[in-house]
Amino acid sequence: METVKIVRFKPDLCTGCLKCEQACSKVHFKTEDGGEHSAIRIIKTQNGFQMTDCNHCGLCIDLCPTLALKRSTKGTVLLDKKLCVGCQSCVAFCPNQVMRRAPGVLTPFKCISCGACVRACPENALELVEININEVAEVVYHQEGVCS
Amino acid sequence: MRGFGECMTRDIPARSIKTADGFETGNTSHEWDLQALKKAHQVLAEHTYEKKAVDKGYAGRTLYVNLSSGEIREKAVTEEMKMQFTGGRGFGLKLMYESIKPTTRWDSEENELVLTSGSMNGTTQYSGSGKCHSLTVSPLTNIICDSNAGGYFAPYMKFAGFDALEIQGKASEDVVVFLDGLEGKVRIETAPLEETNTHLLGEQLTLLYAAEDTEASRQKVSVVSAGKAAETSFWGCLNLSFYDPRRKVARIKQHGRGGLGRVLRDKHIKAIVVRVDHFDGLSNNPVDPERIAEIGIKQHKENRDLDRSQSNMRTVGTAHLVEIMDAYDLMPIENYRFGTSPKSYKLYSPNFYPYLTQVIPDGCWFGCTMACAKTADGFELKTGPYAGQRVTVDGPEWETIGGSSNMGIFDPEQVLEFNFYCDTYGLDTISSATGTAFYMEMYEYGILSKERCDGLELCFGNFDAVMEFLHRMAAGDGAEFVQVASKGIRRVKDWLIANNWGDRQLIEDCGMENKGLEYSEYVTKESLAQQGGYGLTLKGAQHDEAWLIFMDMVNNAIPTFADKAEALHFFPMWRTWFSLTGLCKLPWNDVEPADNGETAEPAKVPEHLQNYADIFSAITGRSVTPEELVLQSERVYNWQRAMNVWMGRGRRKDDWAPFRSMGPVTELEYVSREERYDKQMTEKMGLDEAEVAAMGTTEKLQRHYEFRRDQYEKLTDAVYYRRGWTPNGVPTPAKMKELGFGKETKMLAMLQEVIDRDEAAGLNAWGGSYGKDEKPPTDEKKYWEKE
Repeated sequence: METVKIVRFKPDLCTGCLKCEQACSKVHFKTEDGGEHSAIRIIKTQNGFQMTDCNHCGLCIDLCPTLALKRSTKGTVLLDKKLCVGCQSCVAFCPNQVMRRAPGVLTPFKCISCGACVRACPENALELVEININEVAEVVYHQEGVCS
Repeated sequence: MRGFGECMTRDIPARSIKTADGFETGNTSHEWDLQALKKAHQVLAEHTYEKKAVDKGYAGRTLYVNLSSGEIREKAVTEEMKMQFTGGRGFGLKLMYESIKPTTRWDSEENELVLTSGSMNGTTQYSGSGKCHSLTVSPLTNIICDSNAGGYFAPYMKFAGFDALEIQGKASEDVVVFLDGLEGKVRIETAPLEETNTHLLGEQLTLLYAAEDTEASRQKVSVVSAGKAAETSFWGCLNLSFYDPRRKVARIKQHGRGGLGRVLRDKHIKAIVVRVDHFDGLSNNPVDPERIAEIGIKQHKENRDLDRSQSNMRTVGTAHLVEIMDAYDLMPIENYRFGTSPKSYKLYSPNFYPYLTQVIPDGCWFGCTMACAKTADGFELKTGPYAGQRVTVDGPEWETIGGSSNMGIFDPEQVLEFNFYCDTYGLDTISSATGTAFYMEMYEYGILSKERCDGLELCFGNFDAVMEFLHRMAAGDGAEFVQVASKGIRRVKDWLIANNWGDRQLIEDCGMENKGLEYSEYVTKESLAQQGGYGLTLKGAQHDEAWLIFMDMVNNAIPTFADKAEALHFFPMWRTWFSLTGLCKLPWNDVEPADNGETAEPAKVPEHLQNYADIFSAITGRSVTPEELVLQSERVYNWQRAMNVWMGRGRRKDDWAPFRSMGPVTELEYVSREERYDKQMTEKMGLDEAEVAAMGTTEKLQRHYEFRRDQYEKLTDAVYYRRGWTPNGVPTPAKMKELGFGKETKMLAMLQEVIDRDEAAGLNAWGGSYGKDEKPPTDEKKYWEKE
């Protein structure tokens, strides 16, 4: 069984401090701005907080015209920036809208399951959990009307 | 519902070539001795150039190669050139005007093959930004023919350093013209050992010229080639490659129309190869990449969310049109005699699902999420020199399927076989199908016969005979029919008439060509505007200037001559614009914004017009409105028409269209739609029912003939007037000055001379017969003299 670690969110514990976003943007852009520079996003809703982040379903791998998106041996979907031509197909087609584009940068970025956000969360509202890739992919491909 | 669209019906599963280790096409593999191929290359000429970054969408120079003398030099692109001609096809016309003569013909030493890019070409964020627009003096039409194709060539040419490649002269032996963006060199090399047919040659040259033995390196090579049949046939096309690292195939898209492949082989070019170093989404150096990405993502999302319900391009490409065309009586059957057939359903797009591989980003340029470039992989060939081999077939496109039904062929596998061999032999599927369909009709009437066709039994539906015809063309068969037939409908018409084998009128009316170019695959009998969309074109009967059938026939949105003329002004101008900037037309209106129907002019897709204006501004830094884009086109459109006039062909007589495009030619056609045609006699022609009932079919045909011919002439009058041309179709010096060509004194003097000659000959007169309640477009005498 092929597995991948993804970030799981416990909304009840989240206080919206955005430390996770800051940690993430530090990994990707060496800035603690968070927000549009972060792969993980915390959104305030009427009932509390929601998180959006990549579940490594791999749909973007099938979309990339240059094979710049690949699944690593650990199961995570990674972007090879050297191969990327900035076409934004993956950004637009991502079913969870978690392939992101930072302002002023054409090359997209995404969650690499590094765990920086988990470590940064003071409330333990985030954790890395191991899931079966096929199960995630099957659900997403089914939602998208694609034969997997 | 959003999605990839790969599985529209549950009962016909999508075909996947995905395996645990990657992808497997199942194609027959080849072993090439690349060292031997390379060793046989001899460098005939070499030019080193300075590698420079593209600036705001323009490389800022074009490349001139003369194969006769070996001269290779760079030409500067001036600001004036950008303002007057914009780029792409505009640059091509400008370069050709300065290099050829009005007497230049396709095989003249000075004829050129010009391949162009465009300022928006090579953008990766907006769908359809990789098109190459190329030009030459066509063997079919004796005027300039422009043709467009996807593939990686045009963007790579620009990123290698040039906005256009202009090739003049002829080599004395087969050569490769190699543009090396990696080293900054251009070389003319002999290429004696490579294959000629594209599916093999493209593979060989991709491997040979890739900088490294990697998929990424192979993806940075693009090959332009033709094939064996392009060595004889005027239907010769160019194949432009784009290497697919999943299928590991140098896939192709075609410059189909106008015989560009024939010119390539006449110049003894086996291939043109370009190789690039690094490129990315910023290689055009646009002034505002952020804006382009925003618009691009919005449009990608439209493809994601709306394609399946609007077009289904992402699943079957343009083949999705089959069932629509059939339902509206627009699918060409047996040389356009009919618009539907009881057998048409066999070619409906779901019947191609089992062949087309899916779950692959099938754009023919990076970032095109319309992704209409489909392939059938591992397709086993049944005929010809490659029988038994498994290959990748590009397409089939709608035109190839419609062309097949036009020949009476209704089997998807036969369509794919025809498609493959046309491509690899370097033949345009449209002209090959339309031409063969005409020969089949002539065969049915006994004007052609097995004997006259050198043993080919060209009955409608005889797939074996069609394939034999292709294979014999490719083999260089010298038999008279094969030779004449491979030169296209116009030559065959002349040949049949010269031999006195049939009625001249019937032959002229049935052979679907305009200016010598075969019609593409739509039945236009009930859409006057589309008759003009084919006939009142610059290069001949191709629907890329205007596709008005639905607006005109189905929605009745352009009822008057003036309405139709306005559409035949706007749409040809607008569609020309894609060729000036290196774009594909499909993302403009094949998937439209969800609220497009609520806009004032949905046929124009206003939001997308604005997208294009915004992206053009964001790349070039020249802020433009959609109206200014149309003006850019109007300049080039009129320039090309003026060049047609210069070459002796841009007048009313040249916009003549065969009657088959306007109405029923034969009794069989009339009877097949008798109710419709009888009704038109009372509703449109003012006859009473008793009068119609008393008529025989021959007389009814004659009445339709006269009425519809007159309608076409009236439409021509209205269109010429709207375009600012004389009643004989000549762009006026006043119009040319208005468009900014005031300094082009030679061109203006030539136009004035032709207009004066027309005046003396009484040709500056309206073509329609106007009754007492009708009026020509204007009563003003010599309106064309007004500044």
